[in-house]
Amino acid sequence: MAYETPVATTAPDAPRDGAPGPGAAARRTKRPGSGHRLGPTDRLAVIAMVVVPTVLVIGLVWLPAVASVVLSFTSWNGIGPLEADDWIGLENYRNVTTNYPPFWPAVQNNLLWLAFTFLVPTLLGILLAVLLDKELKGSRIYQTALYLPVVLSLALVGFIWQLIYSRDQGLLNEVLGTQVDWYGDQSVNIWAVLVASAWRHTGYIMLIYLAGLKGVDGSLREAAAMDGSGEVSTFFRVVLPVMRPINLVVLVIVVIESLRAFDIVWVVNRGTNGLELIATLVTQNVVGEASRIGFGSALATFMLIISSVFIALYLRVVMKEER
Amino acid sequence: MSRPLTSAEHLARLVPGSVLATRAATRRSFLRATALTGAAVATPALLAGCGGDSGGGGGGGVSFGSNEIGDIVAEQRQAMAAGFTEASGTAVELNEVDHNTFQENINTYLQGNPDDVFSWFAGDRMRFFADQGLIGDVSSIYPIQGIAESFQEAATGNDGNQYFVPQAYYPWAVFYRKSVFAERGYAVPATYDELVALCQRMQADSLIPIAFGDADGWPAMGTFDMLNMRINGFDFHIELMQGEASWDSPEVRSVFDTWRELLPYHQPDALGRTWQEAAQTLQQRTSGMYVLGTFINEQFPDDEDDLDFFTFPEIDPAIGADAIDAPIDGFCMAADPSDEEAALAFLEYLASPEAAAAAGTTGLPIIPANSEADTSKLSALQQKSVELVSQAKSIAQFLDRDTRPDVASTVILPSLQEFIRNPDGVDSLVKDIESQARSIFEQG
Repeated sequence: MAYETPVATTAPDAPRDGAPGPGAAARRTKRPGSGHRLGPTDRLAVIAMVVVPTVLVIGLVWLPAVASVVLSFTSWNGIGPLEADDWIGLENYRNVTTNYPPFWPAVQNNLLWLAFTFLVPTLLGILLAVLLDKELKGSRIYQTALYLPVVLSLALVGFIWQLIYSRDQGLLNEVLGTQVDWYGDQSVNIWAVLVASAWRHTGYIMLIYLAGLKGVDGSLREAAAMDGSGEVSTFFRVVLPVMRPINLVVLVIVVIESLRAFDIVWVVNRGTNGLELIATLVTQNVVGEASRIGFGSALATFMLIISSVFIALYLRVVMKEER
Repeated sequence: MSRPLTSAEHLARLVPGSVLATRAATRRSFLRATALTGAAVATPALLAGCGGDSGGGGGGGVSFGSNEIGDIVAEQRQAMAAGFTEASGTAVELNEVDHNTFQENINTYLQGNPDDVFSWFAGDRMRFFADQGLIGDVSSIYPIQGIAESFQEAATGNDGNQYFVPQAYYPWAVFYRKSVFAERGYAVPATYDELVALCQRMQADSLIPIAFGDADGWPAMGTFDMLNMRINGFDFHIELMQGEASWDSPEVRSVFDTWRELLPYHQPDALGRTWQEAAQTLQQRTSGMYVLGTFINEQFPDDEDDLDFFTFPEIDPAIGADAIDAPIDGFCMAADPSDEEAALAFLEYLASPEAAAAAGTTGLPIIPANSEADTSKLSALQQKSVELVSQAKSIAQFLDRDTRPDVASTVILPSLQEFIRNPDGVDSLVKDIESQARSIFEQG
């Protein structure tokens, strides 16, 4: 397969017989591209279309990522050039894993975030989308109400929930008559924040799914109904498989949203006291004065590794699909 | 709006200004904050002047980078810039940048093309950049008339030269309501025992003795500083901050032990509460005292007159109570200013009584670092701050300004929160702090 280039096939063929036989001619016309060659302008356009995005992706994504990994082996503070004695090998990784108490809670919280986001808001969003797809009375209003939180930035969501969760002046304690320190008590604050983030995420998933459901061919459902399939089994056996691309997109969104979870926790207490996330630890170490760029890069590398696992899984599924 | 005090708080300002303003706002100050935010939004012309790349005033002028925009401090700086131009004829090109943006970009700002003169903080946060050669030596204008020796010291880098010009400060103390103390017959405590006795009386009167909110992490640093300087003295504070003394030491343990004794008198569940919410309890007379900086007055918009403070009481008579936290704000010069002479003249002006007078024209004066400045226009609270600082023998800058910023924000801040959550785990806590701090000090 790799040798089926035009050069490889024509070279032994043409010069041996003085006049090429009909078979050779037929083969030549079948060759892709030889019939309508690209003009120089088109060729340039194709090259530009390939080269420009490649350069951008390499320059803006891959180089910084690699640089970040490289910096994780240094004690660079972000000022001046890298010097020889900045190289400290695996020291940062050793410190991150053994001499940095917030790290393991952060990993745990990120994974919890992932599991929770998948189990609660995603499934709830799908359920709501299915219900709204039924064209209930006032479905527009429900749709708008449920989607509204998505328009708000997570930082604003954090603030809104602060009014609800505040221990002394908050709505929730007022209504329940309790004195729970929702944002301060380590045993509840991560759940409090997860609920706030789910409040926003549900509407997002709902909208994506709703759009997908609208795209499902109505005749499929009719056919299923004719065959005596009930609502539930139609959904699981017909609609859900048809929506496979949407399901994949939703899955990817869940993973991305969970790994980059940051803003809401940052608003609450900047990712300390039980709300540690890898992203907040990276920011704490890298942003601002006297930065621990090397240490923060080591943390970021952990994040890169975790994301890579999911990216690899996703690519595997997508590639399989294409084949 | 609130004046950010610590790097931790600046980090917190990653949040859009509008959100933060409302977040900081409590029922009372909500409208005020909204109005101020509105004002900030309504002045896009100022925002357009942002960006640290506009340095190099050119034409003999001075470019002036300010980390305040759209608030009273920004107005004060505008007035001072105008005052200098009037007095010297040198034009000042003011580049105002949002506080939080300025803070986060300070590294790139200083390595790029910084303004000739820019706002910064005294103490270690200045020394760090002085060590890196990123800010200019201004020792030629020292000594400055009216600038006390303690202030000059806070402006001095590790090499003995000055790199900073102090302008204003705000001390930390124990705040209370005069009317509450008068009504209940409380007396200002002078010793630790009196403080504990007062706390017990307040509890009996069903008041929260000491208001406390540490959601942001830095307010607890103020309490730690106070206890540390009362128990171990100012010199130990500096040694500890500089990494010369160990966190895993009997001295630090005794600070935490004393704190543990006081914690039952603190407002419970502090970790979920912002300092503004805690200040509100003092405002609403449900708590009796609050250890904080003078910026607490912004939570008392209508009755600041009732607010008073005393310095944290003496714990060890051999140490006394004459060391305080009073962070100093001021200005630095770029390492390579376009017109050094003009920049130095401007810096000298900024530290002068004239600059303080110019700032006073905005209606809210600064607490001037210059002892010769006219203090007659200061509020009673500010007057008292001046008195407190002038009587103090040693002035610390605050934990996160006296130690490396990375140690403060990534190690100490979460550790103090951990202590508040679990006051009985001091043994492993101090070991953890020391081992982390060591790893940072050794690398840097």
